[in-house]
Amino acid sequence: MGLDFTVVPSYADALLLGVLWTIAITVAAGLLSFFGGILFAVIALYAPLVIRLPFRFVAWLFMGTPLLLQLFLIYFGLVQIGIDLPAFVAGVIGLGLHFAVYNSELIQTAIIAVDKGQMEAARTLGLSRRQALIKVVIPQAVRDVIPPIGNMMIALLKDSALVSVIGVTELTLSAQLAIGRTYRPFEFYAAAAVLYYIINLGMEAVIRRIERRTQLSR
Amino acid sequence: MDIDLMLRVYPYFLEAAWVTIQLSVLTILLGLACGILGAAGRLSRFALFRFIAAAYVSFFRGTPALIQLFLLYFGGPQVGIQLDAFEAGVIGLGVNIGAYMTETMRGAIISIDKGQIEASRTLGLSRFETFRKVTLPQAMRLMVRPLGVNINAQIKGTALVAAISVVELTYTAQRYIGSTYKPFEMFLIAGILYLIIITAVGKLVTFIDRRVRLP
Amino acid sequence: MTEKTPFVEIRHAQKSYGSLEVLKDISLTVERGEIVAIIGPSGSGKSTLLRAINDLDPLTGGEIILDGVQVNKSLPHRQYEKHINEMRQQIGMVFQHFNLFPHLSVRDNVTMAPKLLKGISGKEADKLAEEQLAHVGMLERIDYYPSQLSGGQKQRVAIARALAMQPKLMLFDEATSALDPELVEEVNLVMKKLAEEHMTMIIVTHEMDFAASVCDRVLFMDQGVVVEEGPPSKVFKNPDKDRTKEFLRKHLEGSK
Repeated sequence: MGLDFTVVPSYADALLLGVLWTIAITVAAGLLSFFGGILFAVIALYAPLVIRLPFRFVAWLFMGTPLLLQLFLIYFGLVQIGIDLPAFVAGVIGLGLHFAVYNSELIQTAIIAVDKGQMEAARTLGLSRRQALIKVVIPQAVRDVIPPIGNMMIALLKDSALVSVIGVTELTLSAQLAIGRTYRPFEFYAAAAVLYYIINLGMEAVIRRIERRTQLSR
Repeated sequence: MDIDLMLRVYPYFLEAAWVTIQLSVLTILLGLACGILGAAGRLSRFALFRFIAAAYVSFFRGTPALIQLFLLYFGGPQVGIQLDAFEAGVIGLGVNIGAYMTETMRGAIISIDKGQIEASRTLGLSRFETFRKVTLPQAMRLMVRPLGVNINAQIKGTALVAAISVVELTYTAQRYIGSTYKPFEMFLIAGILYLIIITAVGKLVTFIDRRVRLP
Repeated sequence: MTEKTPFVEIRHAQKSYGSLEVLKDISLTVERGEIVAIIGPSGSGKSTLLRAINDLDPLTGGEIILDGVQVNKSLPHRQYEKHINEMRQQIGMVFQHFNLFPHLSVRDNVTMAPKLLKGISGKEADKLAEEQLAHVGMLERIDYYPSQLSGGQKQRVAIARALAMQPKLMLFDEATSALDPELVEEVNLVMKKLAEEHMTMIIVTHEMDFAASVCDRVLFMDQGVVVEEGPPSKVFKNPDKDRTKEFLRKHLEGSK
């Protein structure tokens, strides 16, 4: 059986819908991972010991296990305790939390690396420790991690393909559904690869733009 | 927590962990080989090699590993490539991580101070001798830790072959979640085994890094 | 009676790190509007003393009193935090390395604390920023970021930032030490202007000429004690103590 790419255009609509879902899940999980990462970093650094230690243990567990395994845990685990989430929501939570843990590590390092003089200057003006963290230290830490977090977002886009296994009809599953009808795996997976590549390029362009815009405030 | 159940099923997880270890070792070795070739290509004097290597890196880093794996395993037969799931997993994931390793190695090599190369050339060493005697020994020390990051990612990355039904840790966990309805327990067994493998490999990387690092 | 109470009073200040004593029972008073310079070799404890005044480096013994209120009161943690934040609002500080907030524009550097702590609104804050920046000659850079400024400009903004809280007292911790020589003068001019406006200032400095021309009183510190103090004419021209003479001689040689 040779290759025949002429079957692909008739599924263009389904694939483009898949692209939209892939972008949607990437943006939603990306936002969750970004703000979750900041929150996790603050917990890991400043929460009381009884919260901080178990939290760090769970973070360590999540950093040492595959995303796919975590997706299974969240998807089936939630069902077991009686929460039946739509696959899309479960996928966003799974992807978002997974990357939030990684982002949190980056942000923690950046918070620690912010010049001590910044905290001192803020405290000297009369800000409380909490105010100084929120207004001065954390914004700078977040600005400093924008490039590595950008790379995390690109990784997230590619890993979003994994949510196809829990039934989110994003690009990968859309391709699989088309393959189920046409028995043309090579053509559709190649098409999906091209589409992912294009989304990836677009995302990189957006991230570079954001990086440039934050250049001035260093 | 159902400890009894965990004790009953864990031997199957141990078997599966062995498959995960095999997959990890093979994909990492293949990845390192691809990385060396890729980095050589990226830094080559010949534009054609540079282009091929850049295209390799760009494609494999620009698309999901899962799609690459499916393309090879399900699409391969259409273009005359017949592989079983394990073989497809090793080749697909090895070539994928190789693209990341290419960039790691290239990054380490180009980070070596230009002054080192100039100093070596003024002593009369050729371009190749300079690379072999001055640049590479320094770059290799620098690349241990970032390669360790790639390796860590790849051990977890072997879980993708669960999607093509290779019976490794994640696939086993998924199957037992389906049959026992105990997702947390099954996650915990598989998670602990992954952590053991990853921690052991991490220790090895740190050990090597300490041995080769310059004082 | 109240006339007699000093504006700033440091009583028996002591500070040690383990067995290392960096401040050994220092007492000092500063009157309202007075300008005091602290000079001395590095490691003499002069910066530590300055940083103790707003409790950035807490004392291990002794009291700091500003305008009748003890700064380093012993209070339960939460109450102390509230108290010290209120005190610090009244004490401006200028650092050697500026410590401007790089993620904020010049305007926001100046208005951030007043907005947050005094609850002033957008328009008021803008007016405040314009006033304070005009005062230090930096109004035309109001929408720049710190990374776009020279060292001298940064330090002038840092002074404006501190002044925007309307402090009763200003502390300068080697404010010109990190500057290129040609940028020192612009910062000194701003400090002179503050002196003419009778701002109470305590200035840790290496610049003897500046101290001589601006300050009412000079303290020479060495090894955690005040060795000598008096008007600049006395301390610089005709010091009593050998250690002071030695320091001034070395300093003069160094600057040649």
